[in-house]
Amino acid sequence: MAGDIHRVLPAAHLQRLLDALSAEGYRVVGPTVRDGSVVWETIRFVSDLPIGWRDHQEPGRYRLEQTGSQDIFGVVHGPQSLKPFVFAPREPLLQIKRSKGGFAAHPALPQSEKIAVIGARACDLAGLAIQDRIFLNDAYRDLCYAARREGLFVIAVNCTRTLSTCLCASMETGPHAQTGFDLALTEVDDMLLIEAGSEAGSGLLFDLSLSPAHENLIDEAARHIEACAHSQIRRLDHDRLPQALYDAHEHPRWEDVAGRCLACTNCTMVCPTCFCHTVEETPDLSHQQTAQARLWDSCFTQEHGYIHGKNIRPTIKDRYRMWLTHKLASWIDQFGMSGCVGCGRCITWCPVGIDLTEELSALLTSSSRSSWTSPQGEGS
Amino acid sequence: MVNPYVIHPATIVEKIREAEDINTYRLQFVDEQMQRRFRFKAGQFNMVYVFGVGEVAISIVSDPDEPEFLDHTIRAVGRITNAIAGLQPGDTLGVRGPFGQGWPLEEARGRDVVIVTGGLGCAPVVGAIEYIFRRRAQYGSVKILHGVKTPHDLLYRERFDAWRRSPDTEVLLTSDQPDKSWRYHIGVVTELFELVSIDPRKTIVLLCGPEIMMRLGVPILMRRGISETAVYVSLERHMECGIGLCGHCQLGPYFVCKDGPVMRYDRVEPWLGRAGV
Repeated sequence: MAGDIHRVLPAAHLQRLLDALSAEGYRVVGPTVRDGSVVWETIRFVSDLPIGWRDHQEPGRYRLEQTGSQDIFGVVHGPQSLKPFVFAPREPLLQIKRSKGGFAAHPALPQSEKIAVIGARACDLAGLAIQDRIFLNDAYRDLCYAARREGLFVIAVNCTRTLSTCLCASMETGPHAQTGFDLALTEVDDMLLIEAGSEAGSGLLFDLSLSPAHENLIDEAARHIEACAHSQIRRLDHDRLPQALYDAHEHPRWEDVAGRCLACTNCTMVCPTCFCHTVEETPDLSHQQTAQARLWDSCFTQEHGYIHGKNIRPTIKDRYRMWLTHKLASWIDQFGMSGCVGCGRCITWCPVGIDLTEELSALLTSSSRSSWTSPQGEGS
Repeated sequence: MVNPYVIHPATIVEKIREAEDINTYRLQFVDEQMQRRFRFKAGQFNMVYVFGVGEVAISIVSDPDEPEFLDHTIRAVGRITNAIAGLQPGDTLGVRGPFGQGWPLEEARGRDVVIVTGGLGCAPVVGAIEYIFRRRAQYGSVKILHGVKTPHDLLYRERFDAWRRSPDTEVLLTSDQPDKSWRYHIGVVTELFELVSIDPRKTIVLLCGPEIMMRLGVPILMRRGISETAVYVSLERHMECGIGLCGHCQLGPYFVCKDGPVMRYDRVEPWLGRAGV
């Protein structure tokens, strides 16, 4: 379906799309400027979007700038991916009440809500696809995730500008949104090229009665996206993974990066694919009721690998190695895909600017002291 | 659709003191239907929950052929297990499960079985031993080798005595810090390997205890001709969800909660030997 229908909407008429989504019962969410960064907020008007803003991202650095242009989607992305919409940072799981038989546990499912997100990037769609694989395709379908996913309508924006931290081209996840969207927009000057990626997206396009796009506009959009891909300066050499990373287990570089890493958990919090979570128990004061909620967790915390009397990964070196090896190697064994989508958020939002492409390159190019081999992909 | 997070209340119908800080709790689900429906395999675990405190992964000790009994042997070592230690018969715990892979008892059929355990590591294999003894003719010789630090740590004394009386069965116990009352072997459990005859062509080994015991023990077994592929271990990791979602129990490419806790040794050996994995 993607690529079949291209319609065009003058950028000045974007409000028509927002209104149509509202009329369909969606809460429309888009990028907005808050506290010096771009975050998802409920929007009603096109003017709520960061028109004329641009983001500049470098290792450990994020800066917004006003350009004076009328570009609507000049900001590539903020710290949030699509993850918080489906895998909530805090998700109530159970309400447990004391009763005659001891207690009774009642599952707390999220209320179904229709949310239309405008401004997701190809890397975000790839992250969503990975989270779908984790939460929806295993023996246990996660009911909270499924309920949130059900109501999500995604309007992607193809990237025509790259950040210095982007590496989606080498991860083959972007900058062109190929699948996983309902609608995809490409902003070319004062025009928005729109393509449908789902039945729901097609239906909405039909309702808007937009004009078909001219070949020239389609070609120009493709050229902009292509140029964006070519302008990326970071890449991951993932052809030799996962084995090369397993083999690098004793590499001296791990000590080096551990000396810089603060174990602050930022990289895992901004990652579109990290799925670790913990369960928090909150009894009330009378101890008659208690609730369980799951919260995002991070493999950088002390408690992550704790078993009674022992911490499996006691040092920051162990934990950084755990994170990178999981993300780029064991993730492939577990899920048949890399855990990195190339959004570069972990590079930008690392307070000390640790860059996973640089770390991987150091781990794979210089000599490793280890010669151990490991079996692959034998998860039962 | 099953919601794996839902906790089912279960009454403590019996609390058996095994040692100063270890008790076996016999549980019965409050919901009769749940009690009738609940089936498990030897070696699987449950998440055991204390109201208002939290939950912890505990292996099932009871016999899978007697699902009317659900037994957990629990040492009071942490926040939650200490809360459990304060509970008495009539009190309520929560249970969700069973989770994970159990012992390969089908694969072991027709073969000799060597069971090597250390400390509280004997708990996850009790169900497997009972399972085998119910089908005694279908298995070859059974050798149970169990090591404890002090005689005080020896649990299930009566069970060991009963197993010892079974046909074609050897039970060898050892303590590395014995007192005068100790009537059995002195030393670590791997020393017991020298005291039993093993036919490596038809033996399967079930191992459960500290990882150091596995790492030191398996090479000795291999020198006796046993293949790494005939050794199964039960592993312990931080488990919160039980279904491979929370991420804590990872060991290389595995989620111990769903790919384990029982795993074939050759598959996990490269990761067990690595610090910080």
